[in-house]
Amino acid sequence: MAEETVADVKKKSMSIIVTKGSLDWAYPPFILATTAAALDFDVTLFFTFYGLALVKKKLDPKFTVLGNAAMEMPMFGTHIAMPNFMAMIPGVDAIAGSMMKKMIKDKGVASLDELREAAILSDVRMIACQMTVDLFEYKREDLIDEIELGGAATYFDIAANCHINLFI
Amino acid sequence: MAEHMLDAKGLNCPLPILKAKKMLAGLEPGDVLIIEATDPGSVADFAAFCSQTGNELLESTQEGDVFKFKIKKV
Repeated sequence: MAEETVADVKKKSMSIIVTKGSLDWAYPPFILATTAAALDFDVTLFFTFYGLALVKKKLDPKFTVLGNAAMEMPMFGTHIAMPNFMAMIPGVDAIAGSMMKKMIKDKGVASLDELREAAILSDVRMIACQMTVDLFEYKREDLIDEIELGGAATYFDIAANCHINLFI
Repeated sequence: MAEHMLDAKGLNCPLPILKAKKMLAGLEPGDVLIIEATDPGSVADFAAFCSQTGNELLESTQEGDVFKFKIKKV
């Protein structure tokens, strides 16, 4: 039998279903997608439900302490827990969101815009779930030009051939 | 065989990897990319990057707080 060549070896591939669109949850899919692309993976992101906020032309994810029961912020040389009731106080989410953004910037962590741009430049395929686009009344022109529209069957057609499939 | 420098100091995961990938794309096979980074995670990450992409990690060293990697493009 002929020796196996590089072309015979199936290219590594990964898909991620992206269901969340808040500032903190926006990072994992874009970090994983850009890194996998840098490691020569074919990458597909499938955005559905609140994940659709991450493919709007204007990327401005919000942040809430609500539901982040284990969240601690580094403050005053220690870690301060953010109890859920804090989210009831007007302005707390906005302040916590700004603190998070400042922390991200000060620590040399990439901005989301930067990561999304890197994903686009490295040919990460992005698909928006048609059903949830319609459900939440997004218009095609609200979303970035690179986005494709597709449904669950489209996702499985891709995922069935992927080495790694994640849900975030 | 040219040597190229990438200053990734102060950048965090995954930026050193993304910038290295971008620079390597513009180099000729056999060229060497020298990367300086301060992210301690980059030590494991550049080893993994090379193992996945087939590029050769010639050197991985540390001087003070700076990690230095030499990668030869395949």
